[in-house]
Amino acid sequence: MAALKPGEVNLGTTIMAVQFDGGVVVGADSRTSTGTYVANRVTDKLTKLHDRIYCCRSGSAADTQAIADIVMYHLDLYTAQHGEPPTVSVAASLVHEICYQNKGGLSAAIIVAGWDEQNKGSVFEVPLGGSLHRGEFAIGGSGSTFIYGYCDKTYRPGMSKDECVEFVKNAVSLAMTRDGSSGGVIRLAVITGDGVERSVVYGDNLPTQYLG
Amino acid sequence: MTSIGTGYDLSVSTYSPDGRVFQVEYAQKAVDNSGTAIGLRVKDGVVLAVEKIKHSRLLVPQSNKRIMTAGRHVGIAAAGWMSDTRHLVKRARDEAHQYHSIYNAEIPAKIIAERMGMYVQAYTLYSSVRPFGVSTILGCVDKDGPQLYMVEPSGQFVGYRGCAAGKGKQAAKTEIEKLKLEELTVRDAAKEAARIIYAAHDETKDKLFELELSWICAESGMLHAHVPQDVLAEAIQFAERSLDEDDGDDDDDEMEDEEL
Repeated sequence: MAALKPGEVNLGTTIMAVQFDGGVVVGADSRTSTGTYVANRVTDKLTKLHDRIYCCRSGSAADTQAIADIVMYHLDLYTAQHGEPPTVSVAASLVHEICYQNKGGLSAAIIVAGWDEQNKGSVFEVPLGGSLHRGEFAIGGSGSTFIYGYCDKTYRPGMSKDECVEFVKNAVSLAMTRDGSSGGVIRLAVITGDGVERSVVYGDNLPTQYLG
Repeated sequence: MTSIGTGYDLSVSTYSPDGRVFQVEYAQKAVDNSGTAIGLRVKDGVVLAVEKIKHSRLLVPQSNKRIMTAGRHVGIAAAGWMSDTRHLVKRARDEAHQYHSIYNAEIPAKIIAERMGMYVQAYTLYSSVRPFGVSTILGCVDKDGPQLYMVEPSGQFVGYRGCAAGKGKQAAKTEIEKLKLEELTVRDAAKEAARIIYAAHDETKDKLFELELSWICAESGMLHAHVPQDVLAEAIQFAERSLDEDDGDDDDDEMEDEEL
């Protein structure tokens, strides 16, 4: 596995996606770091792949941007050839294909989530080795290691959209308080058949945690 | 073909003065010499049928298939040169596999038909190759339901409710047009397909032939498969009885004529 090269910008990150009946909620922190230096404190790690398909990027900023660009191109091509938008599964499959074929050279772990006519909301995860997993929710990035317990305890199938938004806010903010490589603001997107709602939770509005 | 012999039919990369590519038209002739192949798209599936003309009594029954499977849910019935057909079926299989490995989904009928069309069309462009002497009928059930396409030697591909290729195509098309395809079930369509192949068969030209029947429907698990033996036997029985009845009608007509 390719380690980060000296000076390479890393998305030491917390990313997350949760599926609910009729859509998905995706969320991420906003810190991009070069070692201990915060290169960008308001990064947008939620990247649009298609009208209703987003990805959450973690790993090398350069690698994941390149992958997102390539997948975006393929999905546009797909739309033109098929005369209909791609499913989230198709987008995830493309990310998986690129990550697996180039696993030696890439440092990328990506969550693909969105809405399509066939499956409504769905969440897929492509971790470091390039495997592909579908789940009801997914967490990723260095910050995610601190919140596995919280997420497993808190997540219930069949949560409403608002409950999912709260779940993502709490989980990401918990990760941001304990992970040195995660921080800044929480960026959110709610993707449903009606469209995409983007929002930001600034530092002074983060859910409060015990900080003893 | 008025311009035969004027030299414009030697290369596939030369147009005739009136804008035709004769080599492509000759390839179509190769298809027209072949046993009839038909496809029916009905409400709950697709049926493919072929009149496999046998040049020898020594051939093993049900061998040398002319209907092949290109993907789990894609069947190909062909009229024309079998060697070219096998090459195209291999291509179709490769396309289906490649699509699946990239998108993690079964290839839609429209896409495989388009890709086969593009491939065949490429062989109408270069002087170093000849066009394919085969029309392929693609039967497929995808997420939009049953689909039927035909790819011709020119590379033209068109979607159909029912289509036919080969020497009996005119007779077959006339018969297919009489069917209410959107109301038919695959079970009935299998019988009708058999009847049409038997009706299109010209006994004065070819004595021996064998019916090949395949379908994609709930009974085959929405996968392409040759029909089971009992369905085939029932279809052949139906076809033979229909032929006999037609002959009977003719006899009656003749009787009436005599009475007059």
